[in-house]
Amino acid sequence: MLRIEKRPVESRLMGYLSPVLAAVLTLVSGALLFLLLGQSPAEGLHAFFIMPVSDLYGLSELGVKAAPILLCAMGLAVCYRAKVWNIGAEGQLLFGALIGSWAALQFLHTESAWALPLVLLAGALGGMFWGLIPALLRTHFNTNEILTTIMLNYIALNVLLYGVHGPLKDPEGYNFPESALFSDSTLLPTLLEGTRVHIGVLFALLAVAVVWVLLSRTFIGFQIRVLGLDARAAHYAGYHEKRLVIFVLLLCGGLAGLAGVLEVTGPIGQLVPQVSPGYGYAAIIVAFLGRLHPLGILLASLLMALVYMGGEMVQIELGLPQALTGLFQGMLLLYLLACDFLIHYRVRWGDRAAVTKSAATASQGA
Amino acid sequence: MAMQLGTLVRTVSALVLAAMVSGAALAKEPLKVGFVYIGPTGDAGYTYAHDKGRKYMEEKLGDQVTSTYVENVAEGADSERVIRQLAKSGHELIFTTSFGYMNPTLKVAKQFPKVAFEHATGYKRAANVGTYMGRIYESRYLTGVIAGKMTKSNVVGYVGSFPIPEVVRGINAFTRGLRSVNPEATVKVVWVSSWYDPAKELEAAESLILQGADVISQHTDSAGPIQAAEAKGVYAFGHNSDMSLYGKKAHLSASVFNWGPLYEAKARAVIDGSWKAEDVWLGLSAGYVDIAPMSDAVPADVQSLVIDLKQQIVDGTLHPFAGPVKNQAGDLVAAEGEVLSDKELLSMGYYVEGVEGELPK
Repeated sequence: MLRIEKRPVESRLMGYLSPVLAAVLTLVSGALLFLLLGQSPAEGLHAFFIMPVSDLYGLSELGVKAAPILLCAMGLAVCYRAKVWNIGAEGQLLFGALIGSWAALQFLHTESAWALPLVLLAGALGGMFWGLIPALLRTHFNTNEILTTIMLNYIALNVLLYGVHGPLKDPEGYNFPESALFSDSTLLPTLLEGTRVHIGVLFALLAVAVVWVLLSRTFIGFQIRVLGLDARAAHYAGYHEKRLVIFVLLLCGGLAGLAGVLEVTGPIGQLVPQVSPGYGYAAIIVAFLGRLHPLGILLASLLMALVYMGGEMVQIELGLPQALTGLFQGMLLLYLLACDFLIHYRVRWGDRAAVTKSAATASQGA
Repeated sequence: MAMQLGTLVRTVSALVLAAMVSGAALAKEPLKVGFVYIGPTGDAGYTYAHDKGRKYMEEKLGDQVTSTYVENVAEGADSERVIRQLAKSGHELIFTTSFGYMNPTLKVAKQFPKVAFEHATGYKRAANVGTYMGRIYESRYLTGVIAGKMTKSNVVGYVGSFPIPEVVRGINAFTRGLRSVNPEATVKVVWVSSWYDPAKELEAAESLILQGADVISQHTDSAGPIQAAEAKGVYAFGHNSDMSLYGKKAHLSASVFNWGPLYEAKARAVIDGSWKAEDVWLGLSAGYVDIAPMSDAVPADVQSLVIDLKQQIVDGTLHPFAGPVKNQAGDLVAAEGEVLSDKELLSMGYYVEGVEGELPK
């Protein structure tokens, strides 16, 4: 009989290796998939994973695509370390984009160098506000933040749609749901001529460093980790759980809001209904894929961005369907969960008695 | 023997000649045409219609073209990368088929001056960016006529997406067709604030039916409204493509896009070097729009009336917005003998007489 039992000791090495193992398994399954679709696996994998980043422009696009995911995932990682299950990065991103766009539209005819910093600040504050709501609901009314943050995602989306169909609509845009194009003073400077890679990518990298220092070198980071490991211990140590919950949600909201305003002032250049193709949700996968560690998350966000770009590339180069993007993301997550599961548990054949006996022998041996 | 030799020589020379000709044809690389789609090609509506057009173009032009499409491309930051990738990988003609691709298309076009871009439904053009759209309101006028003949309650429901001029124009043309044969009938509109949301569209249609509508029209992309009508036993019109599959009894006809001839013409123009950036806005006369075959529920006399009216629109003797045109408040917008100009049609921001409710601003 097949049984599942908890491993007495979890392998630390395998814990770090499991994302790598998952990536390898995804590649192998991907190769099989291309074979089934009648394509050469080498050519398919090359088109999916190599071609999108085979030149400088491709690499710059990888940065553009990864930046918002990375910012959201860094914020989420801090929340998850504290066991605050914030699913609301998407809404925080959208609200930041909305408030940032509103600010940018106030500067349509300004050349001032202050315009852009103010717009970015407005976006980050917008995201923080959207993070503060579930934080206060949890600290004051003991609501479950998983539910409130999910619901707030939809509210943020609808407020954004209201804005772009209503007050923020371009008055000269024939009633189409788009804002006016932002003026140059509120557009992000690009880092490389002829590409879209903007200074937001630097903000994202900065966020990696800041979160790393915060979690591993500061007292508040220590408190966050203790809260996540054992809430009761944190309580006995005299840490203020409520303040920590508010802090992590404000931080995540600020980073996600920044991601949103960077999208509208960067590659998009105006407020549109589709600011985010689900970056806030992709960031959840990325945060766990990266083991909630800043460096891991950096790598995972690049991989996630590459999967999106690869999906576009195989459509253009090989005429394969777009569903491949979803398949690759799904396989990656499934294999990761499976590997993690097998680190914590093992599958055994045989009945319980036999196992107990062998366990007894083992303990005798010890 | 001599005869046979002669035949042989002739055959061989013919073969050599044929090989030379096809060699010359082969020397010219086929034109690579790229398409960027907002939805999946299997959405049964908007994207499906564009993809049908792409296949039509491939069929008509044979080895002269190859085509590539990218589906489900979000209108935000991603679309620019996809459009650019198509341009970079040697596509010389690129169709971007949704409104939200307007600014990304213009940005990429600036970097690839030799590539021809065609953007559907937009209003911004450049030296290498043309725009195109079908005068679908002509088809809507005809479906309005059918609705006017079929309604018993004299209330017709209309599921709208967003109150942009394109959609408002469709509602108005439909209403004018409706009231040309049935001056008592009125149109109720429900906005769903989405182009493609089958559940929401279905609910909107159900609420219209509850309000007494016995014919449903739609300006959204899914078959939701048809399914609602089928379930409630009322009539409905499809949009974008023939949706009769989703409601055998309900589906009376549909306002359909026929992008194939346009895609073929544009590709031909790029091949022979005559392509230029322009605004193409043609309708029934060019075959870019049409109505789907009418169902058996539509009486024969109505069918022949509609076919007759269609011919009149093709000939230019009938215009859906020929005066007198009154707005909702009863004010004259176009006097007898006048026709609303294209400019007025493109910025239409009011309901005509016969539409109930207030147009959201």
